[in-house]
Amino acid sequence: MKSGSVFLLVMALLVPLSSAVRAQGPAYQLGRTPTPEEIKAWDIAIGPEGKELPPGRGTVQEGEKIYAQTCAKCHGPTGTEAKFLHGPLVGGLGSLTTLQPLKTVGSYYPYATTIWDYVNRSMPLDQVSSLNPDGVYSVVAFLFYRNGIIKESDTLDATSLPKIEMPNRNGFFPARPEWKPGYWQPYFTPQPIPRVKKP
Amino acid sequence: MDTKQRSRRHFLRDGAALAGMAVAGVRLAKGQAQAEKSAASVAGSDNGEATAPFRLFGPEAPLYGTPSENLQRMPTIEYPFATRTPQQDLHGIITPSGLHFVVNHGSPTPDINLLEHRFLIHGMVDRPLLFTVAELKRLPSVSRVHFLACAGNSYVDTFARKNLPQSVQETHGATSCSEWTGVPLSVLLQEAGVQKGASWLLCEGADLKKHSISIPLTKAMDDAMVAYVQNGEAVRRENGYPLRLLVPGFEGTRNVKWLRRIKVVDRPYMTKWETGVYTNLLPSGKARWFQFEIEPNSVITRPSAGLHMAGRGFCEITGIAWSGGGTIRRVEVSTNGGRTWKDAELQHPVLPKAHTRFRFPWNWNGEETVIQSRSTDEWGHVQPTLAELTKIWGVTMDFWRTDTARIQHFNASHPWTIKPDGSLRNEIW
Repeated sequence: MKSGSVFLLVMALLVPLSSAVRAQGPAYQLGRTPTPEEIKAWDIAIGPEGKELPPGRGTVQEGEKIYAQTCAKCHGPTGTEAKFLHGPLVGGLGSLTTLQPLKTVGSYYPYATTIWDYVNRSMPLDQVSSLNPDGVYSVVAFLFYRNGIIKESDTLDATSLPKIEMPNRNGFFPARPEWKPGYWQPYFTPQPIPRVKKP
Repeated sequence: MDTKQRSRRHFLRDGAALAGMAVAGVRLAKGQAQAEKSAASVAGSDNGEATAPFRLFGPEAPLYGTPSENLQRMPTIEYPFATRTPQQDLHGIITPSGLHFVVNHGSPTPDINLLEHRFLIHGMVDRPLLFTVAELKRLPSVSRVHFLACAGNSYVDTFARKNLPQSVQETHGATSCSEWTGVPLSVLLQEAGVQKGASWLLCEGADLKKHSISIPLTKAMDDAMVAYVQNGEAVRRENGYPLRLLVPGFEGTRNVKWLRRIKVVDRPYMTKWETGVYTNLLPSGKARWFQFEIEPNSVITRPSAGLHMAGRGFCEITGIAWSGGGTIRRVEVSTNGGRTWKDAELQHPVLPKAHTRFRFPWNWNGEETVIQSRSTDEWGHVQPTLAELTKIWGVTMDFWRTDTARIQHFNASHPWTIKPDGSLRNEIW
């Protein structure tokens, strides 16, 4: 009895330390361990801190050349021409409070890393993911330059890109998105509110 | 990833991808032909070895998966990489798989080889795991009926207003309801062993543009699943064959199709779709993002715009209601432009985060009037009228029709006007 009580006490102390998700090991022994190479081949997502960004470097001048060759045919010669499907990439600063808001790379997107990730994973549409890291850094540099976010002489790499403060960085709410059972956050409520059954 | 498997990977139907916008018009018919192939291969064996297309009786009989000839008249609406469910022609709560709405994120529907497809779970886990589809099917499974709605459903943007017929298929055709079968995501996360500090999942598809979006770990553990079956057969190609994420009640874009990877992370990854697209910009210049749940909604599907009243006298009004927050508790119908509301009858089963069919017996006296519905979910949250939603947004009625407005999660009670000649008109757009 006594050792049982000690055991229970130890368990009671230990259990709260690990979340429910961590409580158990694998139960079914299915699937296999991927090789590091297999993970690397797919692991292309760039988070807002940019810690996954690959080595490489891009310039506005190189980006302008690549843009003219591979991007302009859909997005227009200056990035302002495309409308519904592709959307304009350049301009729109100060327009978000008007009845004609123009959501672009410069006016709307809150993270520089998002633009790098998207160009790298999804563009150009006729040859997706064909740009090498230098090419992606360069295209992003050109777009940021055209939007007045960086200077023409600036270069972008894994260190400098995540440090860029996008103009609309604080344009979204809630500041810390979350979801938890028993709460909801409809429309424009500033944070999740408890669900209470109303008659 | 396994080179020993037969190599017949065709991510794209040749050429169709880049023709892009031209594809949409013929998508329904073409999609069903392709789906036959997928359905037959899964029906054939658990390994999914392709078998000859299955005919019900003799060489002249229609192929398995061919739609009923009674569905031939259903219109397919031209829209880039998108088709909409013809709500006006449907009954009950289950959307036939071939009529499930389709919205792709800029990619054409990929043609994925079941045997070659892999699902990777990695990141902040003790044991990164790579699964074949056959292995996923050996894990414990669940079947549940859930709606799936695009965040843009029930709002009609400028492009659609100018180019498309204004039927309920156009206004509310981006919600569908199926019985989904798959592995609870909580099982997969437990197999991998989620590490301390993890709080989000980055989910990614195998489509051309590799759609990617974040979902909270709390929701993943609650009721999300990796689905491989839709209405008893393999998930249709357009809906994610062979695997899709199902996040019940959340906006459609989070339910990643052609799912191939989940990375366990400690923050939302701020992808293009969750920062630049599925957001609601207010006139103040501030935007709401991560608006996960579909709010209470409903629509009268018959009679509705584009249909014609058969004559005065008895008319059963019917429609569907849904809420990402849970079960529909009540649907009210107004037949006088919102002046008075009466309870409609709910058809059982009434299931959480699923379409609920409602019916309302009515006599049309032949005069012009406006009919509409509004739903209340189990929490008592009520679908707003257009005036109420306009107030929630802090805008004027004109706002909804501005050229650049792209509204997500629009859920106003939708009015249809019945004219004395029996024609029906869309009252909002």
